[in-house]
Amino acid sequence: MQIFYTDLLCIGAGLAGERVAVEAAKAGFNATCLSIVPPRRSHSSAAQGGMQAALGNCVMGEGDSPDIHFADTVKGSDWGCDQEVARIFADTAPIVMREVAHWGVPWNRVEQGPATYYKGGKPFDAVESKEKHGLIHARAFGGTAKWRTCYTADGTGRSVLNTLDSMCLRYDVNIHDRTQAEALIHDGENCIGAIVRCLRTGELMAYYATATLIATGGYGRIYKATTNAVICDGGGQIAALDTGLVPLGNMEAIQFHPTGTVPTDILVTEGCRGDGGTLLDVNEYRFMPDYEPEKAELASRDVVSRRMQEHMAKGFGVKSPYGDHLWLDIRHLGEKHITTKLREVYDICTSFLGVNPITGLIPVRPTQHYSMGGLRTNKDGAAYGLKGLFSAGEAACWDMHGFNRLGGNSLAETVVAGRYVGQKVVEFLQGNSVDFKQSALRDAHMKIDGRIKFLAGNSGKESAIVLRDEMQDIMMDYVGIFRNGKDLQTAVDKLEELHARSMSIGLQGNAIGFNPEISLALRIPGMIKLAQCTAFGALKRTESRGAHTREDHPERNDKEWLNRTLAYWKEGDSLPTLKYEDASPYFEIPPGERGYGGGKILYADIPADKLRVPEKKSSETAAPAEDKE
Amino acid sequence: MSRRLHIEVFRYNPLDPNSEPQMQSFYIDEYDSMTLFIALNIIRDQHDATLQFDFCCRAGICGSCGMVINGRPGLACHTQTKDLPTHIVLHPLPVFKLIGDLSVDTGVWFRDAGTRIEAWVHNDHEALDPTQEEARMENSLANEIFELDRCVECGCCIAACGTARMRPDFLGAAAIARVARFYLDPRDERNVENYYEVIGNDQGVFGCMGLLACEDVCPKHIPLQDQLGIMRRMLALHSVKGIVPKSLINKLSHKGCCHENHQS
Repeated sequence: MQIFYTDLLCIGAGLAGERVAVEAAKAGFNATCLSIVPPRRSHSSAAQGGMQAALGNCVMGEGDSPDIHFADTVKGSDWGCDQEVARIFADTAPIVMREVAHWGVPWNRVEQGPATYYKGGKPFDAVESKEKHGLIHARAFGGTAKWRTCYTADGTGRSVLNTLDSMCLRYDVNIHDRTQAEALIHDGENCIGAIVRCLRTGELMAYYATATLIATGGYGRIYKATTNAVICDGGGQIAALDTGLVPLGNMEAIQFHPTGTVPTDILVTEGCRGDGGTLLDVNEYRFMPDYEPEKAELASRDVVSRRMQEHMAKGFGVKSPYGDHLWLDIRHLGEKHITTKLREVYDICTSFLGVNPITGLIPVRPTQHYSMGGLRTNKDGAAYGLKGLFSAGEAACWDMHGFNRLGGNSLAETVVAGRYVGQKVVEFLQGNSVDFKQSALRDAHMKIDGRIKFLAGNSGKESAIVLRDEMQDIMMDYVGIFRNGKDLQTAVDKLEELHARSMSIGLQGNAIGFNPEISLALRIPGMIKLAQCTAFGALKRTESRGAHTREDHPERNDKEWLNRTLAYWKEGDSLPTLKYEDASPYFEIPPGERGYGGGKILYADIPADKLRVPEKKSSETAAPAEDKE
Repeated sequence: MSRRLHIEVFRYNPLDPNSEPQMQSFYIDEYDSMTLFIALNIIRDQHDATLQFDFCCRAGICGSCGMVINGRPGLACHTQTKDLPTHIVLHPLPVFKLIGDLSVDTGVWFRDAGTRIEAWVHNDHEALDPTQEEARMENSLANEIFELDRCVECGCCIAACGTARMRPDFLGAAAIARVARFYLDPRDERNVENYYEVIGNDQGVFGCMGLLACEDVCPKHIPLQDQLGIMRRMLALHSVKGIVPKSLINKLSHKGCCHENHQS
């Protein structure tokens, strides 16, 4: 078996992984990124909208500051976030946007003079100031008080990923693509690397590392309908959970987006509804005003998703070979509007669905979109439970998103956390050396090698494909947008049964070398565990907060649930062990109403010593220069 | 719609000494809105679990699923079966190293190209003071740079390129467009001399035979031939520096290239 040695091993080479790697490489350390696909194919590339940072350059962002960004983020999280982390994030974001601009991101820029913008489908005029001409522009996004989302047309993820990947070239970061980390190497206290499978040859390799970072993105593929790429299978979370020592935070916090397309679950932007698009049912009847008379289609993302699901459950969904769906109607907006303001939607519909949205209806349904949960880390990005293990990006529960994240905050998080956690990783590398214990490597290798040999021996009877489909159906049917105790209990029971069956998966084919069937067979038991953490966490959390909606517990219960779920998996168990910790070490903003979404809140008494403003920030995280005037 | 599709797929496992390149037929029922992404997954789930192919975003933005579809390179994710005859023939992209069946190694190829053209903004990266206002840029220039940053490195242009088929060291349209992207970017401090060293040869701009297939098959509709033309003229003028009068070179080098316009 080949053995590699590196200072920093980044599992995942999307925006977060590459940003951390660049930080370590700049400091003179050897950094290696593993990636299932070539790094520029990472799911980060699919992000279109933009990155939130309080630069306040454009006229609609005037007066913006990290303080306002912080407040929006905390409200968005439904007070489930770690406020210390949200503060670091909001303060660092402007710095990082300038930094990536220096490295080559072609951010859209402010153009002085009059401009026509759209709000709620209606045009309005504004004048961009001469002083700000050529500075980074920003667009509007949901849940934000100011326009603060920096963007490059409709390809922000693509252009920022290209730039960061070019920095990896510049600083000689090793990229080992077509590799998949299967298990962490650890001695019970320190994480010292990973056992990795080559997706070209199927061979196992070992990587010894002083620091290991998990940046593998979300785990949306535990659901059938997800906007996530096919590689978003939770590989990083599984490797961490399998150690039995590292907990996953808030796994029940799953965000759904109202308008994923059917069949391929590609997102069409909220702008469709913002500009006047409507939702229709099987009878082509506009149903949203019946549920939400005031806001109709323009209610918040979680509310619209819930109503759509409710309506389909009543039998008003459109039947298709891919399951029930509803229609999104933008025909009345006309050809000019659709091919200019909604060009991207037009392209998606014509290229992927074979639907012309000028004359036809777009098939949509609420679709799993983002995982707020992940590897629980402290504010430095260090995972709980193992020294030398870090996490960043969607893979992590760094926890600035709490129970609902705002659009534009996740993409910004990848590079902001990447830079911040990268600095902490460098400090760790400077102050630590580790003992690369052979016994730890042998244990991890034997575990994976044994599983592969068992699969190849073909003594199991279960099909990985069938188990995957059943798991995805269970998650859609019982752990979806609306949750209740009975359904969640059903999910927990069914998943437990699936978990047992996943111990005896056999293969259908027997290809020599790399075999895609083995990839799935290795992954499924872990994915079922992630699904169990999600379902079990949701069952126990008897309240509604952010994206977690319990029909049988509609109130947000701060008295009992102003906390974070930690899910551990002890070896040999068939269910996760849940523990809880405080949502935030202190409250710069005490829990209150979000100003949208409604719902009853049972307030907790926050002790006075937890209500405080943090110490003055260092110059590195100071407010942007324009606030000084 | 109820067509029965006959999908013929190239099969070969280079790691198996007993494997011989061959075509294998699969028959599946077509659904509304079916794409090759759906069709290939049905084949793998229901017919042959060992079939190798690559998908990632399945939304036309990551570039994983380039393959030869009925003789033409394209992205499988946004190819709808209804636009194809009932007999669909799939091959892996040529030029790139075959991993198995429909899967090829574009990652290593593009990494190598990126290294050869030093595909990063060359400036003093440590000079930035991020607490200060960012360097300004015209929005129109930012948009032009982004237009070239839209390349997803799917490899279709390389697979369709006559020169790339003949010489393995040819950088190809995607890499040359990437050079153009940096040439366009004022943050990149390289001069014409530096670019000449990178692409001023038969492996670069002078190797192109002008068959134009690269641009024809580009799924992102990037103006690859324009970029090649701009780069080629810029470098050709550089190579006759000292022979042709300076005034003429200055005149020609300002013709049609937005980069010079922005600098002036």
